[in-house]
Amino acid sequence: MLLTLERRRWLWAYAFILIPLLFFLAIRIGPAFYAFWVSLHQWDPIALQRPFIGLDNFSAMQDDPVFWKAFRNTWLYVIIGVPVSLSISLLIALGLQRLVRYVGFYRVLYFVPYVTSLVAVGWVWRWMYMPNGLFNDALSRIAIGPFQWLGSPDTALYSILIMTIWQGLGFQIIIFLAGLESIPVVYQEAAAIDGASNWQRFLGVTIPLLNPTLVFLTVTGVINYLQVFTQIRTMSSAGTGGPLNSTISLVLYVYQQAFQQLPSKMGYASAITVVLFLMILAITLVQLKLFSRKNNEY
Amino acid sequence: MSTESQNKGAAPGIGDVLSGADPLAAGQLRVVSRGGGWKVRLARFALYAILLIGGIGMIFPFVWMVISSIKMPQDIYSLSLVPPDPTLNNYRDVLNSTDYVRWFGNSLLIASITTVSVAFFDSLAGYTLAKFNFPGATVIFILILSTLMVPTEMLVIPWYMMSIEFEWTDSYWGVMFPGVISAFGVFLMRQFFSGVPNDLIDAARLDGFSEFRIFWKIAVPLVKPAIAALCIFTFLGNWNAYIWPLIVTRSEEMRTLPVGIAFFSSEAQSSFHLIMAAAALATIPVLIIFMIFQRQIIKGIVLTGLKG
Repeated sequence: MLLTLERRRWLWAYAFILIPLLFFLAIRIGPAFYAFWVSLHQWDPIALQRPFIGLDNFSAMQDDPVFWKAFRNTWLYVIIGVPVSLSISLLIALGLQRLVRYVGFYRVLYFVPYVTSLVAVGWVWRWMYMPNGLFNDALSRIAIGPFQWLGSPDTALYSILIMTIWQGLGFQIIIFLAGLESIPVVYQEAAAIDGASNWQRFLGVTIPLLNPTLVFLTVTGVINYLQVFTQIRTMSSAGTGGPLNSTISLVLYVYQQAFQQLPSKMGYASAITVVLFLMILAITLVQLKLFSRKNNEY
Repeated sequence: MSTESQNKGAAPGIGDVLSGADPLAAGQLRVVSRGGGWKVRLARFALYAILLIGGIGMIFPFVWMVISSIKMPQDIYSLSLVPPDPTLNNYRDVLNSTDYVRWFGNSLLIASITTVSVAFFDSLAGYTLAKFNFPGATVIFILILSTLMVPTEMLVIPWYMMSIEFEWTDSYWGVMFPGVISAFGVFLMRQFFSGVPNDLIDAARLDGFSEFRIFWKIAVPLVKPAIAALCIFTFLGNWNAYIWPLIVTRSEEMRTLPVGIAFFSSEAQSSFHLIMAAAALATIPVLIIFMIFQRQIIKGIVLTGLKG
């Protein structure tokens, strides 16, 4: 049978897409459904029986104080980390945008932490946070402190948060800079001619036109902060989310439940990841909604 | 569907990319440099100074890391900015007592292979979804896109079970397999390939080029900047990846650099002169690469960030 030209092209397309498609089915989509399946079981990989227990793993979360601690901490990381890091990076980006010389050099300074390994820089910060370390030493010279930093349940989470914000600033600054550059100068000039002050121009022109960038950075920021793990495992005492679970995040708790303790509670851990997934799904849907509303305006 | 509209919105940007224009350099037409009186100059000087102080603050942890790493063990808590008795012994000790070279090699191998694989398969899939009208194209695209919403943490447990089942634990393939094709990359490359003119492809077809040759010889060279950006992103992500290599590796020889450094540091009993040397050994190669390619890397981050 003779193939038409169009059908021959289809065959090429299927040949091209075959391996990626199989990959996504086998490595991403299949395992995602499997995680749901596991979450409905009491699942210890070395036990012979893995009984189906329905939604028991989900109801078990309600009575698990560590889960709630991790849940609360994770949202603390998000609710403080995202607005603070976005404000600082927008401020720095607005400053960097006004530079005419050495722009590349300045960009590099702020961007460097973003490319380095979180494990390595986590240890550097842990060293600076030591009770007899750099921070307390520097602060004692201006008669402040000493602080316990990572050693006290009151300050440990914020200490990790400071390091996390520091590490992510570079990315946000670079994206903000690109967003600021895309705002046509004429708008700023028109507002200036109309007698708008700097502050009015910032609120009335810059922020609204920067909206897509803000939405993008907020969503990626929230999703990243929801998944904090490496810095907590690196910086908290013994890597367990301490002291007294004051820094533990959902992902670290999942890791402990599934891979660190015996008997391993993979079913329960999967149920927590399902909760995490639902939160990320909700945020993604909000983003889609914000973006499509934006597009309808034009 | 919002992806369609995003695609339209992205169209003008693709021209810039294809012509190799720097999206950041475009901002040269700012309203700033109006010379001005001493007040303006003072304000400008203050801005440079404040941003410089902030920038030094940003890199200070690295400076402190290097300073601490060349101190003698007894000097480490003196906290002086100048090591009284600088030494490279800590580096020697770390290199001698760990599998650093092996870990470095593992990370390099894993990140390189993953990057090549992602660059090839993501380009191919992105091109197919952008330039072929075949039954099922939309479904496949949505299927791939939907995987972006699933957090890695949800998949590590099934991946771990798979690795046990197929005996992939503690092997290079075991560390690599979740990342050899990336959904984000497919999405990104589809955006960029949509900007390649159809006339070009049709002309090549008339000249008797095979479909693969059109992809490889005509379409790919046109989106090279985007592929470079994807490569940078993929390499960095895999080089610094932690949670999955931590789970899937068992023996010391199979660890990647971040996993090896993590184990070494937590077992080093607060010997911070050694831990800082290990951290420096892990970060300095990346910093050097970054300094060399900083323009391309930052441009790449902007490209991928804005399309994503």
